[in-house]
Amino acid sequence: MAAVLTGTDALRVPVIARPADDASIAPRLDRIWETRKGLLGTLSSVDHKTIGKRYLVTAFLFLLIGGLEAAVMRAQLARPNETLLSPEQYNQLFTMHGVTMIFLYALPVLSGFSNFLWPLMLGSRDMAFPRLNAFSYWLFLLAGIFLYVSFPIGRAPDAGWFNYVPYSSLQYNPGINIDVYALGMVLLGLSTTVGSINFVVTLIRTRAPGMSINRVPILVWGTLTASVGNLFAVPAVSLAFLMLWMDRRFGSHFFDVAGGGQPLLWQHLFWMFGHPWVYAVVLPAMGIVSDGLPTFCRRPLVGYTAVALATVTTMVLGFGVWVHHMFATGLPPISLSFFSAASFVIVIPSAVAVFAWIATIWTGRPQFTTPFLFFAGFIVVFVIGGVSGFMTAAVPVDTQLTDTYFVVAHLHYVLIGINVFPVAGGIHYWFPKFTGRMMGERLGKWSFWIMFIGFNLGFFPMHIAGLLGMPRRIYTYPSGLGWDSVNLVISIGAYVFALGVLLFVINVWRSARHGARAGENPWDAPSLEWATPSPPPAYNFAVIPTVASRYPLWEDRLTGHQGHSSTSQGMLLDNGRETIGTSALDAVPDVILRMPGDSFAPLLLSIALAIAFAGMLIHSWWLFGIAAFISAIASIAWLWPEARLGQTTEIVRDRA
Amino acid sequence: MRRLSLAVALALPIAASAATPMSYLRTFGPAGDPGTALGYGLGIVSIVVMVVVTVLVLAGIYRKRPRPASARELTVSRDEGGLPWIYIGVGVSTLVLIACAVWTMLTVAAVAMPAHAAGLTLQVNAAQWWWNVRYRNAEPLQVFDAPNEIHIPVGRPVRIELTSSDVIHSFWIPQLAGKMDVIPGQTNVTWLQADRPGVYRGQCGEYCGVQHAHMSMYVVADAPEDYAAWAARQRAPASSTVAAALVGGQQAFVRNCGACHAVRGTGAGGILGPDLTHLKSRRTIAAGMLPNTPGNLSAWIANAQALKPGCRMPTMALSGPELSAIVAYLDTLH
Amino acid sequence: MPEALYRGEPLPVGSKGRLSSGWWGMITVIGTEASLFAYLLFSYFYVGAQTVGPWPPGGAPALGLAIGGSVLLILGSVTMWWGEKGVRAGKNGQLLFGLGASILLAIGFVVLEGIEWSHKSFSLMSNAYGSLYFTITGFHLLHVIVGALMLTMLFVWTLLGYFGVRRHSTVSIAVLYWHFVTIVWVAVFLTFYIAPRLT
Repeated sequence: MAAVLTGTDALRVPVIARPADDASIAPRLDRIWETRKGLLGTLSSVDHKTIGKRYLVTAFLFLLIGGLEAAVMRAQLARPNETLLSPEQYNQLFTMHGVTMIFLYALPVLSGFSNFLWPLMLGSRDMAFPRLNAFSYWLFLLAGIFLYVSFPIGRAPDAGWFNYVPYSSLQYNPGINIDVYALGMVLLGLSTTVGSINFVVTLIRTRAPGMSINRVPILVWGTLTASVGNLFAVPAVSLAFLMLWMDRRFGSHFFDVAGGGQPLLWQHLFWMFGHPWVYAVVLPAMGIVSDGLPTFCRRPLVGYTAVALATVTTMVLGFGVWVHHMFATGLPPISLSFFSAASFVIVIPSAVAVFAWIATIWTGRPQFTTPFLFFAGFIVVFVIGGVSGFMTAAVPVDTQLTDTYFVVAHLHYVLIGINVFPVAGGIHYWFPKFTGRMMGERLGKWSFWIMFIGFNLGFFPMHIAGLLGMPRRIYTYPSGLGWDSVNLVISIGAYVFALGVLLFVINVWRSARHGARAGENPWDAPSLEWATPSPPPAYNFAVIPTVASRYPLWEDRLTGHQGHSSTSQGMLLDNGRETIGTSALDAVPDVILRMPGDSFAPLLLSIALAIAFAGMLIHSWWLFGIAAFISAIASIAWLWPEARLGQTTEIVRDRA
Repeated sequence: MRRLSLAVALALPIAASAATPMSYLRTFGPAGDPGTALGYGLGIVSIVVMVVVTVLVLAGIYRKRPRPASARELTVSRDEGGLPWIYIGVGVSTLVLIACAVWTMLTVAAVAMPAHAAGLTLQVNAAQWWWNVRYRNAEPLQVFDAPNEIHIPVGRPVRIELTSSDVIHSFWIPQLAGKMDVIPGQTNVTWLQADRPGVYRGQCGEYCGVQHAHMSMYVVADAPEDYAAWAARQRAPASSTVAAALVGGQQAFVRNCGACHAVRGTGAGGILGPDLTHLKSRRTIAAGMLPNTPGNLSAWIANAQALKPGCRMPTMALSGPELSAIVAYLDTLH
Repeated sequence: MPEALYRGEPLPVGSKGRLSSGWWGMITVIGTEASLFAYLLFSYFYVGAQTVGPWPPGGAPALGLAIGGSVLLILGSVTMWWGEKGVRAGKNGQLLFGLGASILLAIGFVVLEGIEWSHKSFSLMSNAYGSLYFTITGFHLLHVIVGALMLTMLFVWTLLGYFGVRRHSTVSIAVLYWHFVTIVWVAVFLTFYIAPRLT
């Protein structure tokens, strides 16, 4: 029986319940939290698990599209003077490959993991802003479609993913392609920003009682850090693209020399965003490994505090190194020296993480499951990516290495190595939670080895191509420069890697349908998400857990702390969609949060904004005006204070 | 005879890097050498780190451990432990990083400027997709342009002033020095010095548009006397006496090509494309893309777009005889 | 549950005072918008530092209207602070008065800004300075207009009786934004109007 609240009731003692003793709890919570079936439910759902899976699937689709783009590029580069692609085609492909992978895959896939897992790991029933969560997904999808509209309308962006001016300015690139890129990125930036807001506030407000800040999983630290970083970094690139669009279409003079503008302003703004961004796309993935490795080494992570602090330190330092992308631009030596030194210093927190992982393996007892293979292999490729970066930190070495295939090798080692490998391992690991089934181990191991071998075969030789002087972003090369055989090997390796990815995708597809059914905790893992059914019900936890340590499900086997975590007894909070709000550091419960239910507002607002941006793209100001007006109305409707959420002076009765 | 000995003298160092002319694993002058040494140092550190980490990971995985009572059993009973790994690993890494950072700062200082003042200044102007090189001189009448193939005297520092006509490019001769971007609206300055005679290949190092892939150049380092002789020849306008058989070709050239190209001493004074006064003295055409042979020249003039699609040279509508005449004339421009 | 954590006391339900989720959400919005303005002002100072020749090209801009606008905005923050104080004490009338005054002052600021813009001898398309001036003050103006719309909605909601002593987190959240807009103006004002006079 739900408690009936009176008009003056703003305080309540939460009912403490034991689900094992009360069979009516689960069905009641189901009714409260379930999304209705059918298309309407799909379009209005604010369930973080649904949104998380959507992010994962959509990001993976973009990964495959970006991979296809790369496959065509590698066919063109396999031999000298190849004529499979025209230079215009090649330049569009390499640009969109970068845009797709870095913006439409690398961060969204991690948002997918975090969206699904955070409330489960934190012992909560939802993120702090469920509707905002849905909104960030719809915006991401629409921004991705917006960016890809450039292909069918004739021309994709072709100035590289970093889009330097003056080449991307109107004078040298008069088509609509660069405008698509610019406006699409601003739209995508909105998605990233609201997603980051959601993660930060969720961490501050909605954790289980007792989940103090030093007990949250490292994935949470990684995503939190990335989100705070994004809040400060994304405006730089949104601004840069807006300024570029204004230069191109409104005759402003931010970047053009003739009007007093500065071409290097673009590079500064872009990299002030770009460098923190690359940490945003790897820190959560490093968190996946820091949380997964302990399960398969049968021991807690070595140096939790050091790793958490290293995560934050990396992001903070990440704001101080952007000029290392500009070492060849003719800046004064003192400036170069400062940023070079900072780029060396930023290696140190990464070393902390590497040694923590090595120590965890060494002092643990490895279990040779597929996730473990991905996580262990990741350490090796992480270090290779790290040392190639370390080499480019030295200015006089970088002026040779920059803009060659050495940097292409480096960036793929850090992006594929530090993002894709943990993602693949993470999908294997949490697949039971996502789908209720286990992924195939045999096919999993095959896909790992083929991915690992193919990746190294394809990308390690790029270091050599770079040292032999092969510049990047060239659609072809002459023979006689010593680049022929290394390029052929790279292309072959790339296709082997692609095969590995294909096997992985097949494994996901088959396992989702026919994989072995999983119990709550098939890996005997320690964190809270493994205390729910696989997959978890819509309400996550029948009662809010209480947390007394970092590894709640291993407490009976670890000594040295007082108190016991509990998932069998806790606050019921079933007067509608509710979860507990706690203090920021110590997670002392201090408010019962009322959560919004499913809503169409996020989707409608996303569509209205996308149409507004389309209006800006084609200079249709009436379309823009109408869409902007609708966006304003939709926002006001969304933010209209609701009694049900405790935002107004009356609290209405809940239906039982 | 002189040319033959020159060729032999050039052949030896060239042979070493002939197979990989863009490789900077070996550099040939003080603008690049300190960076190359640093690169090897950091590379060795990198390889050691890769090997050590891989060994530690493998050893950590495969080392012998007592068999557990059950799969449920954890290997430790307390949450902490294992921290010395982090202290030692990070400690050693930090020391190595500091040493490398110090070495880097010293190298930055070493390559920032030449040891002695440069006697020769070149103004290199980058445009989509070729390089104009202006040889500066205190005497204005001694200034001349010789695009795409840069000649410098061996053993002397050369100051390079970089300007761009359009977008950002990057000036890069890997076997002599690191890159320096060429940015419109500002003049970046770098320097080169070749301590061995030879031919050094370069290529644009910043994506600059559709034919970025084919924006190359060569630096030819000659003994100082040979450089002076070359400069004197380049400085001179084209010979005023033209064989009767070639007059038609010259006129056709001025008529069809003079709007964009210059041949000093004739009526052709265009500045949009490379100066062709001494075209035949260069090893390559189309910014290092094709060997400079009459056959290639003819193909280039007839249909540059087929060879370098998107470049600024339009397809010239020339009849067969006109084309042969122009090529025959250009063949005399040594 | 351990006693140190929770003793079984009654907990508030819903948006609790100043530390509601929305309040923290607004803090993060302020963080990201402040970064946006930081990058805008960086662009101004960077272009200025790289420009050969006088910066600003036409000399420092006239102070009159800008000082007037600053006064209006700062007053608007004061009236809004006072209004929020009212609703926390249960005086909805005070809140309405504060909201109304702030909205009027915001409109005044927009008008003054519009007059100043029309007096400029340069436009967005004149040169880099013009582009930066109109973009930066324009972004700020947009934030003021959005803020005024928020205050208008708050006015409507107050009239509808939504807010009271215990329930006014929506007001606090909007007030946070409003003060932020004022502070940004101070930074913009110092950058465009005062900094050129210091060198």
